[in-house]
Amino acid sequence: MVGRERAIELLERVLRLTEADQVEGTMRTRENYLTRYANNAIHQNIAQSDATLQIKAVLGKKVGIATTNSLEDEDLARAAAQAVATAKLQKDNPQFVSLAQPTPIAEAKTYYEETAGLTPEDRARLVLDICRQADQAGLEAAGAVSSSINELAIANSLGVRAYAPITSSGVTAVIMSPTGSGFAEASSRNAADLNATAVGEEAIARCQANQSPIDFDPSEMEVILSHYAVAELLGYLNYMGFGALPFQEGRSFMAGKLSQKVMDEKLTIWDDGLDPAGAPMPFDFEGVGKQKVVIIDKGVANAVVYDSFTAHREPGKRSTGHSNGRFSASAMNLFIASGTATEQEMIAQTKRGIYVTRFHYIRPIHPARTIITGMTRDGAFLVEDGRITSPVKNLRFTQSIVEAFSHVDLVGKETRLLGEFALSRVPMLKLARFNFTGKTAH
Amino acid sequence: MRNLTQQALESARRAGATYADIRIIENRQEFLSVKKGNVDTVSSGRSHGFGLRVIADGAWGFASSSRLEAAEIDRVADLAVRIARASALTKKTEVRLAPVEAVDDRWNSNPKIDPFAVKTEEKLGFLLDVDKRLKGSPEIRVTQAQIQALGEKKIFASTEGSYIEQQLTQTGGAIYAYAAAEGEVQLRSYPALFGGDFALKGYEHIEELDFLTEAERVGREAGQLVKAEQCPSGRRDLIISGSHLALQLHESCGHPIELDRVLGTEAGLVGKSFLTLDKFRSGYRYGSEAVSIFADSTIPGANGSLGYDDEGVPAQRTQIVDCGEFVGYLTSRETAPAIGQTSNGAMMANGWDQIPLVRMTNVCLEPGDWTLDEMIKDTKDGLLLDLSTSYSIDDRRYNFQFSTEVAWEIKDGSITRMLKNPTYTSVTPEFWGSCDAVAGKDEWKVWGIPNCGKGEPMQPIRVGHGTAPARFRQVKVGVGKW
Repeated sequence: MVGRERAIELLERVLRLTEADQVEGTMRTRENYLTRYANNAIHQNIAQSDATLQIKAVLGKKVGIATTNSLEDEDLARAAAQAVATAKLQKDNPQFVSLAQPTPIAEAKTYYEETAGLTPEDRARLVLDICRQADQAGLEAAGAVSSSINELAIANSLGVRAYAPITSSGVTAVIMSPTGSGFAEASSRNAADLNATAVGEEAIARCQANQSPIDFDPSEMEVILSHYAVAELLGYLNYMGFGALPFQEGRSFMAGKLSQKVMDEKLTIWDDGLDPAGAPMPFDFEGVGKQKVVIIDKGVANAVVYDSFTAHREPGKRSTGHSNGRFSASAMNLFIASGTATEQEMIAQTKRGIYVTRFHYIRPIHPARTIITGMTRDGAFLVEDGRITSPVKNLRFTQSIVEAFSHVDLVGKETRLLGEFALSRVPMLKLARFNFTGKTAH
Repeated sequence: MRNLTQQALESARRAGATYADIRIIENRQEFLSVKKGNVDTVSSGRSHGFGLRVIADGAWGFASSSRLEAAEIDRVADLAVRIARASALTKKTEVRLAPVEAVDDRWNSNPKIDPFAVKTEEKLGFLLDVDKRLKGSPEIRVTQAQIQALGEKKIFASTEGSYIEQQLTQTGGAIYAYAAAEGEVQLRSYPALFGGDFALKGYEHIEELDFLTEAERVGREAGQLVKAEQCPSGRRDLIISGSHLALQLHESCGHPIELDRVLGTEAGLVGKSFLTLDKFRSGYRYGSEAVSIFADSTIPGANGSLGYDDEGVPAQRTQIVDCGEFVGYLTSRETAPAIGQTSNGAMMANGWDQIPLVRMTNVCLEPGDWTLDEMIKDTKDGLLLDLSTSYSIDDRRYNFQFSTEVAWEIKDGSITRMLKNPTYTSVTPEFWGSCDAVAGKDEWKVWGIPNCGKGEPMQPIRVGHGTAPARFRQVKVGVGKW
């Protein structure tokens, strides 16, 4: 690790390398470890170590960017010169106003020694735990155990100084038999929270419940979405609609809808980078302190998230601390407010519907209307008259997320920290209707 | 560099590796984008480092670093071997590699015009001219034009005696026009999804794409598309353009023929393949008589071409589907013995910090003897589909659903009207089994996808697909309500 002092000192040196009107330096270091397993054994096991520095040089309303993964003086100077040269080549971008101004940055615990200290042998033992369970059950296990130690440091010529060491860890398990499969996952900044035994047990139980699924003709029907499925839908909703850029360009479902009811009043969705119940991160990729933003308030479109670029495009707006580093903003620490229902209550209150463990290969079809398609995976179950009656072969769905979220029957009591693009804390949901449009052979 | 590779391999051997290979890579990239008449992004980057793959105690380990220094090489070699020994704690069988001949060679993709040598002002001026021409109808709200260039210098060396230097240059680009009217937003673009069409060529590829001519059509069609009728549902004959057929081929043939996926090594992430080993050379019908598919990494300038793969196996051609019968996989040195073969050279990694996986090279549909015009004239009730927008396929690459930007309705052999939001769904062998016409060589082209995703961490990688327009009978179109 480079550490706060050396990182900021290096960035301040970078800021002095150019005579641009404004300069921003972003340093990222990463040590990533990933142990993948399949067929009940490790088959890929890697370590990555890298440090990159990005320099943003501003000349009036022109911005040039250059990146290098060498922190040698000569290479930093070359990258700085390249950023300035690139800026000079451009025409004015009238929409660019300024780099980010300094903001207060709150304290947030982002680093855990337990994760940083995880060894190759530790990761192998976590894998072994799951593989032994699978062996004993006569099943096939595949998945991954990961841990990473990253640093993000940002400084600009307007006075922004931000640094955070960040750890992450995760375990995934897909358990398979010739006639069915199950899945489980856990993620945390602190590897001590990872319970591989529990992940293995959950995935094995789901696999054993999901044996010899029946052929089932798709239609629009009630659906119970597990935590995994909810996190996936929320991730795509965020990708298509929660950022200010698609909102301003009219490509978001939130465009023109602020203060209007856009989904069921049982749903409240917010982003909070400081909540320790999520995966905290105190500032964004411009070094701006994170603010809590309530995006959907009891079904009403309340706000989108901003970086400094998109904030400058709207009178009276300020960055909410959600820069994704690409002149646009993304929510990265989402929460859906929990309800009161248990999984059993959701099943008991379903007349005829499908319980979805998780989705697979979701792709947007019409982003402005949040229409997506995808498949169910690792356990779809028919629920009839308040009880699960049979696993069904995987189903394709084609559905507007906003429309699906407009008919929420029940919101789950228990929340879990999951996600594909960023970690979100979500409950289970029972929806009144969901459009299943196809089926497959397994 | 030869000395550093030798140090790394020796260090790994001393630490206990029975096999090791190293890749030292220097990457360079430039991305230029203009949007709504303004320069949107000008970025450039460089990255270099090395990755060391080892076998110790019969299991794999891999470690990488951006610091190409003697002490760091030794640290990384020790770590790679330690990781391999940790892998061995779970091993069921020893890793064994199919033999490959050791080579000492150099290979260069030989661009005609170095894209990094073309002045950035010139490239931006060109994109701004293209962007102006995209405003071809009053409904246009957002226009965008972008080009990208990537350069890679790669050294591969192994404990079996290979030392290979390769230099590759890749360029590509795309243009986009978003139109809005009456609450509807539609995109028309050219020439392909994923940032456009890419080739293992220099700036001459950007010139060949002829954005200045195509921009006017794209802008005009975006304005028409936003006012077009919704594509109705039902069973229709589909004529699919080469650009979209490349993605169809990619998802429903390219990925399921990766032998590592077949053997289960991607099961924890995106799944397995319906093309299981029992279907290999057993007469299994992947498609109709009209469907023959090959993988060929020797096609000059094609996006998935190479001199050697990342195990030092030379570029080659492999038949995958022969007149509808499934006959071949893409393989690596570790996987090929499962089908009694040696590697056909399909192992690639995205950069120095990733391990190679079995990847597509150029997976191509062989041209037929029709023309697009003949197919349209021969179709009573169908749709001509162009340019991918959405793609989703199940975890065995069997059930899929695709969407394209536009459909043109065909009635009694003529195009009658433009339709928006077309989608179609099928299962892979049924779909390719319904193919009854493929256009010929004159309409066949290798399309380049820059970012095929696979693996964990995700490794986006360049691949190519040779296709010509083709017809598929009675495919299910539409997914109910919109």
